[in-house]
Amino acid sequence: MENEIVYKEELAPEIKLMKVRAPLIARKAKSGQFVILRVSEDGERIPLTLIDWDPKNGTITLVFREVGATTKELGKLNVGDVIHDLVGPLGKPGEITLYGRVCVIGGGIAIAAAYERAKKLKEIGNNVVAIIGARTAEQLIFRDELKGLVDKLYVTTDDGSEGIKGYPSDVLKGLLESGEKFNLVYAVGPEALMKAVSEVTKPYKIKTIVSLNSLMVDGTGMCGCCRVTVGGKTMFTCVDGPEFDGHLVDFEELMARLRMYEEEEKLAIKVMEGCGCRS
Amino acid sequence: MQKLDVRLKQIPMPELPVEKRLQTFDEVALGYSEEQALAEAARCLQCTHPLCVEMCPLRIDVPGFIKLVRQGNYVEAAQKIRQENCMPAVCGRVCPQERLCVLGCKNVIGDPINIGGLERFVADYELETGVTIPDIAPSTGRSVAIVGSGPAGLSAAAELAKRGHHVVVFEALHEPGGVLTYGIPEFRLPKKVVKQEIDYVRRLGVEIKTNIVIGRTLTIDDLFDEGFKAVFIGSGAGLPKLLGIPGENLCGVYTLNEFLLRVNLMRAHLFPRGSKTPIRVRGRVAILGARGMDAARAALRLGAEEVCIFYQRKLVGRVDDIRRGIEEGVKLQPSTKPVKLLGDENRWVKLVELVKLKPGQPDKTGKTKLIPVLGSEFLYSAETVVIATDHVPNTVAAIKTARNVKVDEKRRTIIVDPETLMAADGVFAGGDVVSGAASVIEAIKAGKRAAQSIHAYLMKH
Repeated sequence: MENEIVYKEELAPEIKLMKVRAPLIARKAKSGQFVILRVSEDGERIPLTLIDWDPKNGTITLVFREVGATTKELGKLNVGDVIHDLVGPLGKPGEITLYGRVCVIGGGIAIAAAYERAKKLKEIGNNVVAIIGARTAEQLIFRDELKGLVDKLYVTTDDGSEGIKGYPSDVLKGLLESGEKFNLVYAVGPEALMKAVSEVTKPYKIKTIVSLNSLMVDGTGMCGCCRVTVGGKTMFTCVDGPEFDGHLVDFEELMARLRMYEEEEKLAIKVMEGCGCRS
Repeated sequence: MQKLDVRLKQIPMPELPVEKRLQTFDEVALGYSEEQALAEAARCLQCTHPLCVEMCPLRIDVPGFIKLVRQGNYVEAAQKIRQENCMPAVCGRVCPQERLCVLGCKNVIGDPINIGGLERFVADYELETGVTIPDIAPSTGRSVAIVGSGPAGLSAAAELAKRGHHVVVFEALHEPGGVLTYGIPEFRLPKKVVKQEIDYVRRLGVEIKTNIVIGRTLTIDDLFDEGFKAVFIGSGAGLPKLLGIPGENLCGVYTLNEFLLRVNLMRAHLFPRGSKTPIRVRGRVAILGARGMDAARAALRLGAEEVCIFYQRKLVGRVDDIRRGIEEGVKLQPSTKPVKLLGDENRWVKLVELVKLKPGQPDKTGKTKLIPVLGSEFLYSAETVVIATDHVPNTVAAIKTARNVKVDEKRRTIIVDPETLMAADGVFAGGDVVSGAASVIEAIKAGKRAAQSIHAYLMKH
C-alpha cells in the first residue's frame, strides 16, 4: 500500500528512521530533495529531507527527531501504518560533481542528510572529509556508516561525551588554519551551525553550500512561507533551494522566521499530550 | 403600489447578521428560500434577445433556466445550467455577476435580476436532491491527463469524460479544487459545496489523484509514456508576487497565498484542537494590495482588532463581498502604496510606512498614473501584514520544459494557439496559467474550450 511504513528503527532517543512505500517518489528522488507529509486528516504539512530511496523496491527513507507535535505523532506510527499524505520529491536536486577534495558537515539529526551527500560525492570520486556533531554521543547517528565511507571522519559533541568537545565549525576552522584545502564545503544541520561554517570558510573563499530547513506549507512555490534572503534577493527555499550559497544567506532572518510559531508549537504539543490546558 | 414595488426591487439575499459573522467562518450569504426564488424569478422579463446570455462567458441560457424556476422545475433548471457549467453551485456564489450576466440584464425600470442568487438556488436544490449524471458517450479507449484540479482542470475533465474519454486529474496538494479549495474562504464558498461539485465530476468517471506534482513526481513526458494521449495543463496562477520593498520578510508578514492556504486548506482557524497548522493574527492587520478582501475578512474572524486594506485604485472582488467586508468592519485606504516595513528587535513586523498617491499627468492615451504625493508618508502600526498584490503562474512544476511548451517569460504564462489552446503537440493549456490571474468562470470556459479541441485531437490520433 502506498505511504505504508515498511520499516521503523529508533536510531537514538527521539530520533527515528522510517522506510515508507512511495514508488513514484523513489523513482524520481535526487540528493538534496525533500518530501512534504501530513500525519493525519487535521495534520500540518511538514518537510523532511530524503535520506535514501530505492527505486527497485519503491521505498524512501526518512529520519526525524520528535520535536514538534507532528514529528511526535509521526514517531507513534508503526510498521504497517500509513502516512496520511506524502508528496515529493520537492526542491532542486543538489549538485553532485567532481570537486576534488570536499568537506561534508552534518549537525544533529541532519547527520543523516550529510551521510547521504557524502555517499554521493564519494561515489563519483571525490575525496571526502566529514565532520559531524551532536549534543551527546548517543545522538551521533550514522557515525559508523560514515566511518566506513569517508576518507577522514571528525566527531564532535557539545558535552564532550565523544570526540572533540565543541562544534563541527571549530574543527573545520582548525583544519583550514592548519593548511587543509577544500574545493567545496557542504553543511547541513542547525542554522547556527551552517552560519558558523559559512563564516569560517568565507575568508578562505571556499565554495560553501548549505541546505536550509525553512518552515513550509505547500512546498511547491505557492505560499512563500519559506522565503529567505540570499544575496539580497528573496528566494523560496522550496523551489529555489533548499541548497544555497552559504556566504549569501541571511541566517539571522532565517532563524527569526523559524521561531515564528514557537508559542503555537508549544501549545500544539500540550494539546496533543492532553494536559487539559484550555489556554 | 405595493405590487409594483415588489416588481421593481430585487429580492434581497438573506445574510448572516453582521454581529454573528465574525464569530464563525460560516457562509455569510444564506441563499434564497423557494418562495424568494420564485418571487425573484417572476421579475425576469424573459427577453427575446437576452443580453444576459451574451454577457455570460459560458453563454448559459439564463431566461431559459429562470423560466424553469418559475414553473417550479428546479432540477431541470439546474440541469440546463449544468449542461454548460459543471459547477453551478460554485459560480452562483463566486462569479462577479454584476460585471457579467447581471450587467446585461435589460430590466431597465427596476433592479436587475439576481441571476447568481437564482443559479445558486437551483444548484443547491439539485445537490440536495442528488445530481443526475448525464449520458456518457461510449468509451473511446483514449486517456487524457489533466494537470491541476482547479476550475479549468475540472471543467476540462468533466467535458472529456462526458465524451467517453478516460480522464485522470493530477493535483499537487492533498485536496482537489485548486483555488476553490485553497483560495476562497469558507464564508464565501463552503468547502462542502466544493466537495459536492467535485464529487459530480468524479461521478462522470473522472479519476483524481492528489499529492502528485507534475514536473516533480511525474513529468509530462512520463504521462505520455504511461499511455495518455493528451495532456491539459490547468495549473493556475499560484505564485505570489512580492512587493520588493524593505522588510517584507519580517516575521508576521504573509503573502496572500500563505494566509489563505493556512486558513482555507489547512483550517488554521481551528488551531490547535481541530487543526495542527497555526496562523498568527494579532492586534492590527495591514493588508497591502487590492486582492486582499478575503484575507481581511478572514483576519477579522481570527480576532484582529482592526483590519485595513491599503491599495491603489480599485479592490478586486464581487460587489456584494466588498460590501459585506465593509459591513464587517474592514477599513479601506485607497490611493496608498507601501514604502517599507519596519520590525522590532526580534524581527517581528511593527510598522508599515506608506505614501499617499495622486493622479499624475495623463499620458498620450489619456491614462493617468498614480504618483506619490511628496511628503505624505505615514505610518500604520500592525502586528500582522498580508501582501495581496498579484499572483502569477507557478513555474515550479517545470512544465514549461516539457514537449516544447513555450512560456512567456515576463508574464510566466504558457503560450497557446488562441483557437485550439494547444501549447505543443498533444499538450493543451488553459485558465490562469495562460491568461494570468483571472476569474473562475473564465477558467471553466477555457477548460471547456480545451476539452473540445482535445476531443478533436484525440479523434484524429
